[in-house]
Amino acid sequence: MTDATLSSLPVSSLPRQGGLLRTILSADPPRSKALSLLLLVVLLALVATPFALPGSQPLGTAAKICIFILLAASYDLLLGYTGIVSFAHTMFFGIGGYGIAIALNKLGATWSSVFIGLVAALALSAALAFIIGLVSLRVRAIFFSMITLAVASAVLVLASQMSGITGGEDGMSFQLPPELRPAFKLGTFLDTAINGRLLAYYLVFFVALGMFLLLLRIVNSPFGRVLQAIRENEFRAEALGYRVVSYRIAASVISALAATVAGALLALWLRYNGPDTTLSFAIMIDVLLMVVIGGMGTMYGAVIGAALFVLAQSYLQVLMGSISESLAAVPLLASLTHPDRWLLWLGILFVASVYAFPGGIVGRLRKTS
Amino acid sequence: MASASNPTPALETRGLTIRFGGHVAVNAVSCAFQPGTLTAIVGPNGAGKTTYFNLISGQLKATAGSVLVDGRDITRLPASARTHRGLGRAFQLTNLFPQLTALENVRLAIQSRAGAGWSMFNIWDTRRDLIEEAEAMLETVHLADKRHLSPKTLSHGDQRKLEVALLMALDPKIYMFDEPTAGMSVDEVPTVLELIHQIKARGDRTILLVEHKMDVVRSLADRIIVLHNGALVADGEPASVIASPIVQEAYLGLEAAHD
Repeated sequence: MTDATLSSLPVSSLPRQGGLLRTILSADPPRSKALSLLLLVVLLALVATPFALPGSQPLGTAAKICIFILLAASYDLLLGYTGIVSFAHTMFFGIGGYGIAIALNKLGATWSSVFIGLVAALALSAALAFIIGLVSLRVRAIFFSMITLAVASAVLVLASQMSGITGGEDGMSFQLPPELRPAFKLGTFLDTAINGRLLAYYLVFFVALGMFLLLLRIVNSPFGRVLQAIRENEFRAEALGYRVVSYRIAASVISALAATVAGALLALWLRYNGPDTTLSFAIMIDVLLMVVIGGMGTMYGAVIGAALFVLAQSYLQVLMGSISESLAAVPLLASLTHPDRWLLWLGILFVASVYAFPGGIVGRLRKTS
Repeated sequence: MASASNPTPALETRGLTIRFGGHVAVNAVSCAFQPGTLTAIVGPNGAGKTTYFNLISGQLKATAGSVLVDGRDITRLPASARTHRGLGRAFQLTNLFPQLTALENVRLAIQSRAGAGWSMFNIWDTRRDLIEEAEAMLETVHLADKRHLSPKTLSHGDQRKLEVALLMALDPKIYMFDEPTAGMSVDEVPTVLELIHQIKARGDRTILLVEHKMDVVRSLADRIIVLHNGALVADGEPASVIASPIVQEAYLGLEAAHD
């Protein structure tokens, strides 16, 4: 892990090359040919999915990848760059989802409902993150983790019980504004119908891309450098004049806001929000795994981690199903490769990858180059 | 200590005390430090010198007493706010950002002084001036060729120099050095002493120096104060303090035992 964090800082006295790409990537390029190639493949695949792969399942997977890249990247800001562990990240994800769901359900399927729902969710997330940070980050970073766990559990219970507002365990479906409905048609391009569903996908794609680049900018700003200094030695950062608690609270609020946007995108995409799609602790663990597998404190790790994880979630079961069938004659292997065991195999893959690449995939790729 | 005719002290402690359980580590230390002076703080190990420093710069909270900078009470301020009031501190045990480059370590200190830490939407190297200043500072401490190395890969002596560079990068009104030459090789010591001498020669900076080496103290200090068991036991001109019986007995005797 140490080598990965070291290499997460670009060498600073290289002559500054101007250029659009440098500005877009905030002077923090992938710094590995293999990684650049991998990121380019992910980007092109996400752009082209609607035209290259027909059907709703690939599009749904691509949208989920976009959203989880944003969610994992916002978690990396906290875990990888600031060095604090939060268990409330899916709570903010859920607040974004519920903000959209409740607003569109109660106020009608209009763009102003989307706007109101999003702004209300962002305000609630910012307030919660600020208060949690204020009461817990003054003490110790570990206390923050405990508090986030407690608050997130409370919110999960609350969301499940207040069924009048949130739809309870069943969650809540709603209509999208007309432009995002499948029935909204603009014509065809490359044999693909340009409809509301496609517009919704590109809305998710471009918002996630923009937010990712914004997070990349923030971690490479003077502020981002302070966060990394705090991660390295909070005592010295304070002695240099950086109020550690304020920086940590700010990082926590920014991270929460980005997670809220991700939750709003997921709700818009699914036209539904419920405890299991955004709030559950299972998702919290998934996000943690995405960041660790991809490489903490690198931002690009979130892209690789989220893409791999969502693909595995969507297709590992299918792959295992066919393996299991072909091994039907072999009793033990057939049951080991049963699709229901996919989490077991994902777990084994996780342990193996953490053991083999302690700096995550990005750390590994940067080392070899 | 400060007579009525003196200007407001740059730094003053009044009855500064800290207790750890039953142990009084710093015991009612009252002392004023005039602008532009270099005061050496001596005393045997465990006398409370570093603890006294920690109380002044805010790493520890005082049980009783107060700390004043330019006559204003800063006792309730956190360490970061004290830094912005002009207190700068170098640490006895090297205390750096181990995995960031030497240049980034220094740049962070300059960035803090420039008040640029909250800038979120610019790339860090937009402030070219901060980088150039950091490079000049590394030049000053003879670490320019090692600017892309991280402290964990630097030699002990180089880490000490980087520690001094971080303090000089802050350019505080009050410099606090805690055994800046400890563990340095003989040929590296003059570099650091020369830097301290240059800061002193500017005349507008107040320097506190914890130091064991008596020859260093003699050559740099305008004044010596002696801490023993957490209490201030002697204070005055270097020659008279070193000659005083209490120092001969309490400090120099023990120093000999240490060596």
